[in-house]
Amino acid sequence: MSGNPGAGPAHAAAHHEESYQPVFVGPVKARLEALFPKYPTRQSCLLPALWMVQEERGWISPRAIGEVAEVLGLTPAFVKGVVTFYTMYHTHPVGRHFIQVCTTSPCNICGAEDVVKAFLQHTGCGELGATSKDGRFTVIEVECLGACGFATPVLIDDDFIEGVTPERVPGILQGYK
Amino acid sequence: MGYPHPSHAKEQPVLSKHFGDAGSRTVEGWVKRGGYEGLKQALGMTRDQVIEMVKASGLRGRGGAGFPTGLKWSFMPKEVTKPHYLVCNADESEPGTFKDREIIRWTPHQLIEGCAIAAHAIGAERIYVYIRGEFTFEYKILTAAVEDAYKNDVLGGNVFGSGRRIDVVVHRGAGAYICGEETAMMNSIEGKRGNPRIKPPFPAQAGLWASPTTINNVETLAAVPHILVRGAEWYKGLCLGSPKSTGTKLFSVCGHVQRPGNYEVVMGTPMRDLIYEMCGGMRPGRALKAVIPGGSSVPIMTVAEVEDCAMDYEGIVAKGSMLGSGGMIVMDDSTDIVYQVMRLARFYAHESCAQCTQCREGTAWTTKILERILAGTGKAEDLALLLDLADNMTGKTICVLSDSCAAPVVSAIKKFRGEFDAYLNRTKRPVMVAV
Amino acid sequence: MTKDLVNVTIDGMTVAVPKGTPIIEAAKQAGILVPHYCYHPSLPSPAVCRMCLVEVEKAPKLVPACVTTVVEGQVVHTDSEQARRARTGVLEFLLINHPLDCPICDQAGECELQDYVFQEGRSGTRYSDYAKRYNPVEDFGPDVLYVANRCILCTRCVRFMEDVAGTPVLNVSERGDRAYIGIDEDQLLDHPWAGNVVDLCPVGSLISKDFLHKARAWDLDKTASVCTGCSQGCNITVDTRDNTVVRLRPRPNLEVNRHFMCDTGRMHYRWMNRGDRIEAPLVQDSGRLVATDWDRALDRLAGLVEKGGDAVLLASGAASLESLGMMHRLLAGTRLTAVVQLPIGESEEPLQGIPNLALRQERAPNGEGARLLGYGTDWRAAVKTASSADLVVLLDVTLTDAEAALVSGAAAVVVLGTVQAQELASAALVLPLTNVVEENGTFVNRDQRVQRYKQARTAPGMSRPAWWVAAGVAPTKVAPTLALAPTPATAAQAFELVCSTIPSLAGLTYADLGLLGRIASGMAPGLAPTHALAQSGPGGS
Repeated sequence: MSGNPGAGPAHAAAHHEESYQPVFVGPVKARLEALFPKYPTRQSCLLPALWMVQEERGWISPRAIGEVAEVLGLTPAFVKGVVTFYTMYHTHPVGRHFIQVCTTSPCNICGAEDVVKAFLQHTGCGELGATSKDGRFTVIEVECLGACGFATPVLIDDDFIEGVTPERVPGILQGYK
Repeated sequence: MGYPHPSHAKEQPVLSKHFGDAGSRTVEGWVKRGGYEGLKQALGMTRDQVIEMVKASGLRGRGGAGFPTGLKWSFMPKEVTKPHYLVCNADESEPGTFKDREIIRWTPHQLIEGCAIAAHAIGAERIYVYIRGEFTFEYKILTAAVEDAYKNDVLGGNVFGSGRRIDVVVHRGAGAYICGEETAMMNSIEGKRGNPRIKPPFPAQAGLWASPTTINNVETLAAVPHILVRGAEWYKGLCLGSPKSTGTKLFSVCGHVQRPGNYEVVMGTPMRDLIYEMCGGMRPGRALKAVIPGGSSVPIMTVAEVEDCAMDYEGIVAKGSMLGSGGMIVMDDSTDIVYQVMRLARFYAHESCAQCTQCREGTAWTTKILERILAGTGKAEDLALLLDLADNMTGKTICVLSDSCAAPVVSAIKKFRGEFDAYLNRTKRPVMVAV
Repeated sequence: MTKDLVNVTIDGMTVAVPKGTPIIEAAKQAGILVPHYCYHPSLPSPAVCRMCLVEVEKAPKLVPACVTTVVEGQVVHTDSEQARRARTGVLEFLLINHPLDCPICDQAGECELQDYVFQEGRSGTRYSDYAKRYNPVEDFGPDVLYVANRCILCTRCVRFMEDVAGTPVLNVSERGDRAYIGIDEDQLLDHPWAGNVVDLCPVGSLISKDFLHKARAWDLDKTASVCTGCSQGCNITVDTRDNTVVRLRPRPNLEVNRHFMCDTGRMHYRWMNRGDRIEAPLVQDSGRLVATDWDRALDRLAGLVEKGGDAVLLASGAASLESLGMMHRLLAGTRLTAVVQLPIGESEEPLQGIPNLALRQERAPNGEGARLLGYGTDWRAAVKTASSADLVVLLDVTLTDAEAALVSGAAAVVVLGTVQAQELASAALVLPLTNVVEENGTFVNRDQRVQRYKQARTAPGMSRPAWWVAAGVAPTKVAPTLALAPTPATAAQAFELVCSTIPSLAGLTYADLGLLGRIASGMAPGLAPTHALAQSGPGGS
């Protein structure tokens, strides 16, 4: 039986018709290789390598998992086990701008859930995890972002924004095209 | 600094002295502010001398466990036969805690200096700073500071001309609270799932890549240069309460106070002073209801307990809770305790690594029961069930995430029983929809 | 030796075990089973299931018995109230998401979750009205299905593939109660030893497609046997239902195969149920093979043997030591060429994490036995010699058309076999044999270990073991050497008789072999467990 097991929704998009362009070529490859002397094993470069894939492609596809596995001498199954453990890695494409709102208790008691509602409304995403129709935004709730005194913190792509209130949301979103 | 607010008279700014001062971010700036003297001094001392100094200071781990730092360092083998490693735990993910980010954000060299001294003390040449993936801003600051340090021979093969090698590698996490657990952090650095390891073996015998390793929190390491420069006696003297709790502590106060922020106070400072004076007390028209003092993984404290509590390791234990990370979540009377306990349980359920049965299933089940109570469909036996589950989840797992979920649940049921009963006997309206 | 032993008291029984022994193994020495899931003696221990938590006096918390090593003077309670409560707690947690699949689950009856829940679980659920986690069934490849809902995340399968098979093809995916066992979608569980994950799985999560819904565990009869796939001689259990072999499973033998068997051997059982068997002895009569009774058949055989001359004995490498030995003796009075057929497989497939364990290239279980008895291995030459021999005896071999043609050139051909062979219609005698599950016998594996296999199902028709056929030929009519020994009436007696002719096996009896075998002379007994009390000296307990 050829590789055709049932699996979660992540794999539905896996087998594209387009050919896969490797991530680790040229400067990206150089950046990864520059890390090798900093760790005694190749495997230790796995999290950094996955970050590089996500920076380049916006998400980590099954083909990319295969590429990372090959480059580091690991099995794809092993890499996949690691990717699915860490919640910051996207295993399916997301909106151009990924919005993470902290709603753990310290922020929760300072109105974080209203901030989430505001983002869902103003991005047009409607529900958590969904990408807006124009492909611009995805909004999710996350656990404690470590900025509890500056509720409510929001991470948009790599921008860490603090003290977000529902009123500030439309203005913040304007900065993300 | 009650950063970002101006420093309060009752604070003792040592680590936080330069919070808000962007000039501290460079080697030059840090040196101008008296930095790197500690490291220079340490390089002229033996490993044992540095360890004894830190032991004498009474410094204890500031990440949550409160283990005596000098003692931890002394567990490393005297002879270096395999490479020794220092890991700096910058994974700060304990709800309510936001102190390490400020140290990195404003005074990265304070951290680098502390790491370097620690590395020297434990015979390590390489330091891995594990910084959580969400700290994108701090990551940039830290990597720039590390680069700057290498340029100035603060790091590299010849630190301050001593011939000593000290390297720093900044390693980004990717969204897992459990990686703040020291053995899980080592697995994560090794490129694996962040599963905590069974102990023994202990990290000092077999840690990163089976080599002797010490893991210390950012705040702990940041204190080290000050101890070197100003002396162990000075640090030990910073003590208002139990003699076993010395030095200063950055308390991250968040929630319903007027001035949330990081407050650096001498160990033993009364909690009421912190909340009512330094933080400006409650918001207008509101009264204090509860405080979770050590990050969320500790028992909730009532007002009575808070108002009579000295903030040090022993003082908070005496009041039935723990100092932990010092992340103080202050809740006023607008807070739905049941809802927040549910939200915390949900946090733990989300972060469980899935190894141990009790944690994997118990955190999720606890969350479901609480959700149901909040949805108005709770059963009378649910509270007894929650307590029984909490008992099954305590003291039986590889790490204490499971215990951490149990602690707020048990303490909330014990101390705020009425709020639970209100949902159970339907005198309070449901705030959730049952799934 | 004694200074490396540690005394520990478990549930009131004191045992002495080597330093470094985990409590769970020390408990076995005391005859106590500590309930567990993730622990397995052939896998590295992660202590994740938390089922084996036991109470140790003076310890602040319960400790996992699988990774806590014994300490001199330790007092352990595996069944104290605390320990039992902890186990009941674990079982309850495991059941909240575990589906009530017992009525449709293959594992029922041999399920460790059922067993421990029955023993110590709660009688009712407290997880009422909540949804259970759902994941779809996944096909992991050739023989293995993963029923994710039933998985208790013990991770034995992941560790087996990573640490014992050496190919990390399974993982744990996701986190928390969303976790499940994942496989890369382009990879299959087609490692030559992958089928062992089904045995390792304590519940019905990893199941065999081959065995799917075939039989209920409690309907099975289980018989100790030895795999006939190759010369490794993995110990197996033959599971039969209504006299039909439905499954082979590995049987633990720490010296041979530990707890494993390869997929080739595991699937090698359908032939045992073949129906196209030779029903009765057949004698050549006026150009046809005619059924007859054993007396007449044995008489005819005696006559052929008595004639003597050049004889060729072509034997299967899967014939038992008893059969090979007795047939050889039967023909001792002739000018005998005895050769054993040893199929050679494409490659050797080791299980890399276990020393000295592989699917061997010699795909016969008793090549060593044959060699010890003086059988040669030059098959081509022997077949050629057979073409002009006076008597050719085929002992359970399959011939190619070409070989059959050559063999037919002999003056007389006696076929002993299990299935009808059309190409030997001109044989003088065709005698029905029992196959490996229909008789008692022994094989000698590549390490010179003599191992017993036992009869698992009734012999069909009038079939008999080959040693019985040889013994049945009256000793007075044939080789003088035979006359000196009492005629064996049982496999045990045949074994002793045959062993008496082999120096390294001389004096062995079935009792000496037990069910774990014994290495031929000069080597340690095959029964030594790894955490040995075996060498307890004068002071040992």
